[in-house]
Amino acid sequence: MTATALASDTARPSGAHPVAGKRRVRPARVVLHVFLACTALAWLVPMLWAIYTSLRPYSETQSKGYLSLPSTLNFQNYIDAWNQSGMPHYFWNTVMIAVPAVLLTLLLSSFVAFTVTQYNLKINLLLLMVFTAGNLLPQQVIITPLYRLYLLISLPSQVSDSGKMYDTIIGLVVIHVAFQSGFCTFVLSNYMKTIPTGLREAAVVDGATVWQIYSRIILPLLKPAVAALATLLSIWIYNDFFWAIVLISSGDKMPITSSLANLSGTFFTNDNLVAAGALLTAVPTLLVYFLLQRQFVSGLTLGAEKG
Amino acid sequence: MTVGTSADAVETGRAADLPRAPGRLRRLTGRDKTVLTLMTGVPTALMVVFVWIPALASILLSFTSWDGIGLDSIKWIGLRNYQQIFTIYPSFWPAVEHNVLWLVVLALLPTPFGLFLAYQLDKKIRFSRFYQSAFFLPVVVSSAVIGFVWELIYNPDHGLINSLFHTNNPNGTYLDWVGNPKLNIWAVLVAASWRHAGYMMILYLAGLKSVDPSLKDAAAVDGANEWQAFRHVVFPALRPINVVVAVVTVIEALRAFDIVYVFNKGEHGTELLSILITQNIIGEASRIGYGSALAVILLVVSLAAIIPYLIVTFRKERRT
Repeated sequence: MTATALASDTARPSGAHPVAGKRRVRPARVVLHVFLACTALAWLVPMLWAIYTSLRPYSETQSKGYLSLPSTLNFQNYIDAWNQSGMPHYFWNTVMIAVPAVLLTLLLSSFVAFTVTQYNLKINLLLLMVFTAGNLLPQQVIITPLYRLYLLISLPSQVSDSGKMYDTIIGLVVIHVAFQSGFCTFVLSNYMKTIPTGLREAAVVDGATVWQIYSRIILPLLKPAVAALATLLSIWIYNDFFWAIVLISSGDKMPITSSLANLSGTFFTNDNLVAAGALLTAVPTLLVYFLLQRQFVSGLTLGAEKG
Repeated sequence: MTVGTSADAVETGRAADLPRAPGRLRRLTGRDKTVLTLMTGVPTALMVVFVWIPALASILLSFTSWDGIGLDSIKWIGLRNYQQIFTIYPSFWPAVEHNVLWLVVLALLPTPFGLFLAYQLDKKIRFSRFYQSAFFLPVVVSSAVIGFVWELIYNPDHGLINSLFHTNNPNGTYLDWVGNPKLNIWAVLVAASWRHAGYMMILYLAGLKSVDPSLKDAAAVDGANEWQAFRHVVFPALRPINVVVAVVTVIEALRAFDIVYVFNKGEHGTELLSILITQNIIGEASRIGYGSALAVILLVVSLAAIIPYLIVTFRKERRT
């Protein structure tokens, strides 16, 4: 069920293909390796170029050009980008948005998936479709009325300066939860279908309530899927650019990814700083990528597998 | 989180009375029903209120003219928004063209290339993890960051490409990858394809894992060469994943926004439907009816991909 695509193919037993003898394919293998190595390197060029640019002082690239050998390499651009632009503040905004959004999305979609898979309701199929299709809509299809809706919904002044849902972090959390719960419900319900129904039936005989069945029996079994989805959602929500661009008007409430658009030009005035700022923004996702790559990939493919 | 003991007792009685019909609502206590209704109702309400109602409101608003100030200024104008979009809105047809181009390019280049990479990496090959990590890297990084990273490559004055090929001479050859409407759409498409290929590779790798290896072996025994085995054995077995790949590719092409917005705000050659919709709400003059009509066009095109996908996905469901 969980596709651990990245890890498992190196681990596959070597005797699995008795026909393709190892020695026969060797020349083809060499060609393949050369091809893959060159392509992989080419794939990394844009990121490597950004890293290289970010490590060079602006004055040096001005005098020698960007395509030149370095005489100085340092982290000064990173320090400047971090200190001058208020990046820590935007990172904090992202935390305030992403953490509640990820937790709520997983909680709510596990609720729906639980109902849909464990109880035989007439509306189950309709519910699943509403959630699955909702997540597939391009964001721009709903943005115009959503923007207006956010201006109509009032929030208490403690949580919103303007008294509206528009231009609040809560507003961003809500749309992330609503939008992402579609995908998560789809994935979790596919996952829950593999749980034998006997488990639940036994609990019912023992007198367990709906909530007990959910929290003590089903939820613990969902751990692998929830871990994969949490990784995936964190990265998606972190990377989101669009919602905040439209639904936030005060620059100081922007999450980090969306703030990049404002920062470049005002604080990141040269390419070296732009590179450093963009790469700093990518650091958390890259960390997750290197540490939790398997979770990320299995989250991505969980949804695809049952398609 | 708290569970009343009295409710437990009631339910035990019910459960004993009706041991058959698993999962039917009539076996549930009133309290259980309330819990279940809340568990389903709250997320559904969120989804409906913040996703589906706006989607439907787009349709209604697309037949109106509204400046956004006060609900009473909404005026029903029938098809006029559409008529204007199709006839006199100068950015519309270029945007449609670019969205179509986006889809065609994604479908014809990075998608098959992702499949090709996945197929090669699915062989027991050394360093497979390293290769996969390299190809997959762009998928993890946000497309806004990708926009900035590629700007460093495409900058007409000191970007990597123009520095490398000396095409940054204002008096001689000057290739303006960002501003020239003939070049910039291709420039962003390269960046988008770079990202899409890794995504497709991961999806296909997962798909290939579920292809029975004995099928390939059988084809080899029958004397099929690698291409024939792929064409007649592996590819047909990938059908379920191809459905996912198709819908993901279409939706990605329609959703395309971030890279272009960062690159040059989607003007002068890189217009996209998503960009036009956004311009109509956050621009100086917010023309809500107009933006909604554009959104409806986008909705109709996306439904052309979403509905077949739902049918394929949930057809199995109905049978079981």
